[in-house]
Amino acid sequence: MDNRIEKRIELKTPVSRVWRALTDHREFGEWFRVKLDGPFVPGQISRGHITYPGYEHVKWEAVVQKMEPERLFSFTWHPYAVDPKTDYSKETPTLVEFRLEKTTSGTLLLLTESGFEKIPADRRLEAFRMNDGGWAEQMKNIVSYVGQRS
Amino acid sequence: MAAKRRDHAPVFAALGDETRLSLVAVLCGGQPRSISQLTEGSRLTRQAITKHLRVLESAGVVHSVRSGRESLFGFDPEPIEEIKEYLDLVSEQWDQALARLKSFVED
Repeated sequence: MDNRIEKRIELKTPVSRVWRALTDHREFGEWFRVKLDGPFVPGQISRGHITYPGYEHVKWEAVVQKMEPERLFSFTWHPYAVDPKTDYSKETPTLVEFRLEKTTSGTLLLLTESGFEKIPADRRLEAFRMNDGGWAEQMKNIVSYVGQRS
Repeated sequence: MAAKRRDHAPVFAALGDETRLSLVAVLCGGQPRSISQLTEGSRLTRQAITKHLRVLESAGVVHSVRSGRESLFGFDPEPIEEIKEYLDLVSEQWDQALARLKSFVED
């Protein structure tokens, strides 16, 4: 089981368009389904609330990390912090990174969410990498991974 | 869902260590083992192994049972299955969000 989530998606629009959809707080809100109080500013907390049906009571809070125009947008947050009664602030946040690359047909968007725990090396849990082989398969992976390392 | 989520951080943390991961690898075979057995062949002291086992135990990944004069440690798969489910859930949320982003910019 891995400790990070990675996604890649091809978009048939120029990088500049995707960048706007990611970093303009109103546009971000449209597709992410969140109503944000104000623009994204690196180093500052972004606040708002979820507009996804059934989750309107849920607050959105993230800390904007990097905004490198048309290249990298990142923030830290608490994923799936949907229980209003729970104080998630004591948990270590995860880091969400959107990376953009120009392609012949438009834009390649790479999304990573990392830091589901505080482990020093990302690769430590590589043996746990999610796959469809089920539990027994995962266990075999762990065993062979640990075997290689020792 | 949210209630379950709170239990995940210690599981991730417990597994984020090479020694503990190797203990899990041994114990997931299904056969409970004593601290002495787990210390054998390791460069670590019995005290160090015990400490790591307690971390795994408090995360619910292993449990101990008394067997005569010593404790045997056995493996519990549920917490690791739960974090996998949790990551699947977060992953699924991103799939949906990115699909909405795609139609948002392409339409």
